[in-house]
Parts: sequence; structure tokens; C-alpha cells
Amino acid sequence: MISNSDTPVIRIDHLDQLWFQVAGTRCNLECNHCFISCSPKNKSFGFLTLEFVEGHLQQAGELGVKEFYFTGGEPFLNPEMVDILITTLALGPATVLTNATVLQDDWLTRLSIAASASRYSLEFRVSIDGFDAETNDPIRGVGTFDRAIRGVQKLVKHGFLPIITAVQTWSDEDNLNVIQQFTKTLKSIGYDRPRIKILPTLQMGAEENRTHGYTQADRLTNDMMVGFDHSQLICHNSRIVTDRGVHVCPILIETPDSLLSDNIADSLVPFEMSHGACVTCYRYGAICSNPSNQFKETHIQKSNETV
Amino acid sequence: MPPRYQRIACLGGLYSNYLALESALSDIRARGVDQIFCLGDMGAFGPFPDRVFPLLHEHNVVCIQGNYDDSIGNALDDCQCGYTDPRDNYFAQISYDYTLENTSTENREFLNELPQQIQIQIGDLNVLLCHGSPRRVNEFLWQSTTSDAFLQRLFDENQCDAIIGTHTGIKWHRQISNQHFVNAGVLGRPENDGNTNVWYTIIESHESNLNVQFIPVAYDFRRLSREMKSEKLPDEFCETIETGWWTTCLEVLPQKERVAGIH
Ligand code: SF4
Ligand code: SF4
Ligand SMILES: [Fe+2]
Repeated sequence: MISNSDTPVIRIDHLDQLWFQVAGTRCNLECNHCFISCSPKNKSFGFLTLEFVEGHLQQAGELGVKEFYFTGGEPFLNPEMVDILITTLALGPATVLTNATVLQDDWLTRLSIAASASRYSLEFRVSIDGFDAETNDPIRGVGTFDRAIRGVQKLVKHGFLPIITAVQTWSDEDNLNVIQQFTKTLKSIGYDRPRIKILPTLQMGAEENRTHGYTQADRLTNDMMVGFDHSQLICHNSRIVTDRGVHVCPILIETPDSLLSDNIADSLVPFEMSHGACVTCYRYGAICSNPSNQFKETHIQKSNETV
Repeated sequence: MPPRYQRIACLGGLYSNYLALESALSDIRARGVDQIFCLGDMGAFGPFPDRVFPLLHEHNVVCIQGNYDDSIGNALDDCQCGYTDPRDNYFAQISYDYTLENTSTENREFLNELPQQIQIQIGDLNVLLCHGSPRRVNEFLWQSTTSDAFLQRLFDENQCDAIIGTHTGIKWHRQISNQHFVNAGVLGRPENDGNTNVWYTIIESHESNLNVQFIPVAYDFRRLSREMKSEKLPDEFCETIETGWWTTCLEVLPQKERVAGIH
């Protein structure tokens, strides 16, 4: 890796979130904006086993972790996914990011029982990228809108209130309108108090082909970090586990320098934010966290950072 | 040495609900405590923000600064509550602008000078009083998204046996061996359970441990709602006061807390 003295370095403050790339890069879909080029055939990262996850849950517990996130690919392609979530719920809150197209009723029955018995929340985050098939399917694939909607209906039937996440492929002016349309659509299919979160696009992976990649000018500098609240960045309070080891953040797993260690404790080291995606994080803040755990920058922290 | 008490009362966010504060204070006087603490967020939501201050002074309540108090004290642009939803922010801004406009300079100075944390002892135990979390004034520590491991870390880092906070608006208590985390609830608005009462907390030393008791407070909520309407505060806020169900700020609730409500 080229080291550049003007590249800002981030030091992790505390391991608040531990992520698991639980399905590796395997996905039943092949969205054209996927930032890690997941597909049915991409096996560059593999599934994590229950046993492997359990070991890392323990390690993270010793470090005072606050909550756990599961992503892929599509987590529910992992045959042990339901057991992994049930095991996790004994130790802390769990969030799973799914495309909701492969969910089965018997899995959701088990998860709903486990979630009620746990003191912790089980959150489903469902990616849908348009409020109808016409807007969603060109991005996520033919028929995916209807299949995801059926998944949402199943979740609602089992007592979950999934957070619908949509990557913003429209202009800012259209934002409110899109949210309203989304709300209307979701209510019409029986989800009467929908939760919606809009995400920025990351110009990498498949998205690089859909629009454009990051350029050399899209880089953070030390000047940009003056007075900036570091806690807005995922790498300030999170790590992600893949079958290769522990990486700095869920966004960069495919870049070689993101791999920090084979265990969590040793992965809590400084990291050079030298990537284009870092600029997106900088602009949009804690894009991967649930709203219930998002910090807003405060006046008090701001003044601490600048003195 | 931090001051030592046997039995204290903790009031969470007041949100200008001076009627609930009056009820709570007379209830506390009847029960008897060594000291009353308020964990911050004096303003927001309710009417006539200046009315809570004389009550706090009269009852010698020791106060901590919440995110709202920092905002009002410094006349910042918003309340720093950390909402992410545009609708939540819309309503939050209406009540913030109202509160800022209607808080006297003297009271704003009082808010500005409040400490962000206070260390005390209850019996032999070290107790840290804060607003959101010990590390961040506006951190949401919900019951269903805060792991034991994280609480343990907070106890270790702050070398204390108990941490008491507020900020989320919903009370909870967890004991891990002999250590405690307590969210004292809020007096400002009901806690999204369909009841109009609000809550405060009494904490006392008991056989080298702590006894934590949540106390419901009934008050004239119809009058509060009437006054909010006359001050042109959002109807959505009045509905919460009258029904006990939250109508705004819902996006920050985790799954479990959200499912418990109806909106
Ligand atoms: S965006 Fe999600 S659903 Fe689409 S291909 Fe990538 S991992 Fe699969
Ligand atoms: S992509 Fe974002 S989270 Fe990852 S290292 Fe860069 S700034 Fe941090
Ligand atoms: Fe607060």
C-alpha cells in the first residue's frame, strides 16, 4: 500500500459494533449497485460457521461490544443463519441485512420465538431500491421487487418491523417524494408502520460499472478531518469478521489493506483512510448503523475535538 | 470524596412538564429522600419552559446538563437529540425554537453552567449520574440494544458500581452481579405504553447493594395538553400527552421498544 503522509489515520475508540460477513460474497441476486460485487457464483469470501461466529462473539464480549450485525451477500443462504442469530441473541442485540427473497416461514417462526425470549432486539434490514417493480427491478433484477415485498409481508406477519433500506439512486430533491411513495406502497401491502432508511451509493464494486468509480481526487486529507467528529465513521467503533480474518469495516473487505488481524483484539489498530469510499463515509456519516444507535455530533464533542 | 447518601430520587427529562414535576416533588417529599437529582433535558416538548426552574430551586434539586440544556444554554440551532427521520426533525425543531424563545436569559445561564456528570455514593457504592451515557451526552442506551458486555465495560471504565441516566424516555434497570444500570425514565412525557402517567426513580442503599424503585406519577395531563395547544405546540405532541402513545421520534426506537407501541 502506498503510504501518504497526508492520509488521515483513524484510531478505533471502542468496539461498539461487530459485523460478520456471514454469507461471504454469496448472494442469490446480482444487483448492479452492489458495492462488493456479490453474486451466486462469487465465492471469494466463504460462509462463516456457527462455531466460528461463536468464538468471535466471545472475543467481542470480552472487549465490551455493544451490538452485532450480519451481512453478506445474502445471510440467509448460510445454512446455519437461524442458529447463528439465536445464539447471538443470548449475548446481545443482532441486526441482519437481507434482501428478504429467500426467507422461509419456519425460520421466521423460530426467530420470532427467540427474539421474544431475548432481552435484546433482533432487527431485520431489508434492501429494496424502488417503490415499485419499475424502479427497483432494473437495479436488483427482474421479479425481485415482488419477491422482496413477499418477504416483508412474512416478516410483518411474524411480528417484525423490518427497516427498509434503499440506496439513493435518485436526486436529493426527489427524496421526500420517494419516501412518501415507499410509505404508501408498504402500507398497501399490510406493513402499516414502515421504517425506512435511505443510504448513499458507494462508487465501487458493481456500482463502478453502473455509474463511475472513485477518482484519485476522492481522497480524505488531514485538513478535512479538522473539527470532524470521528465517531461518525464506522471504522471508529466497528470491525468486521470474514473467513479471512478481521477487517477494518464492512465497506472495504475486498481491499487488501483492510485485513488487520486474525483475531479481534489485535485488529483494534490505527488505519489509514486512503480509499475513495472513505469520502462517502465522511460525507454521510454512520451509514451502516441502525437509527437507534446513531450518534448525532454534539456541540460538546465538537469543541473537544477542536481544542 | 463524593457526597454520600442513603436514599435519593432521580428525575429524568422534564421536557417543560412543570405539572408532572410538581406532582413528583410532592410525592418525593411525602416519601422522604436525602437528595433529589435531575438528569437533564429541562426543556422540550411542553409549554412555558421557565416554569420548571423555580420548582427545581425551591426543592434544592441538583441538576445535570442534558443535550437539550446544552443547546438552549448556548442558543444552538437545534436540540442535538440525534433524530434521523425528517418528520421527527420537523417536530423537534418546532418545539426547540419555541423553547429557546421562551427560556429567560437567567435560566439559560443556569443551564449553561450545569455539570455533565456527578459522582456520588449511595451507601458504599460508587454511582455515576449522567444524561445519555458516561461517554456521550446524547447516546441512546435502550434496554434492547445495550449488551451486558458493553455495560460491564462502562462500569470498568468509570470505576463505578452503578450508572444512572435518562435521554431515551423509557425507563429500565439491569443488574449484573452487584452492578446496576438504571434509566430513570422521564417526567416529560408518558413512555409509549398507552398510560398517561410519567415516571421517576428512587434508589436506596440496601444490604450493601442498591434497591431501585420506579415510581409512577399522575398529574393533570389534560391541563398540560390544553396549555400546549394554546401555545401552538404540535397537535402530535398533545396526542402523546393525552393517549400515552408516542406519535413522533419513533425512528430511533429499536424493534422491541417500537413493537411495544402502536405507532
Ligand atoms: S446488494 Fe445485497 S442483494 Fe444485491 S447482490 Fe449485493 S448482497 Fe446481494
Ligand atoms: S470506508 Fe468508511 S468505515 Fe471504512 S475505513 Fe474508510 S472511512 Fe472508515
Ligand atoms: Fe436528552
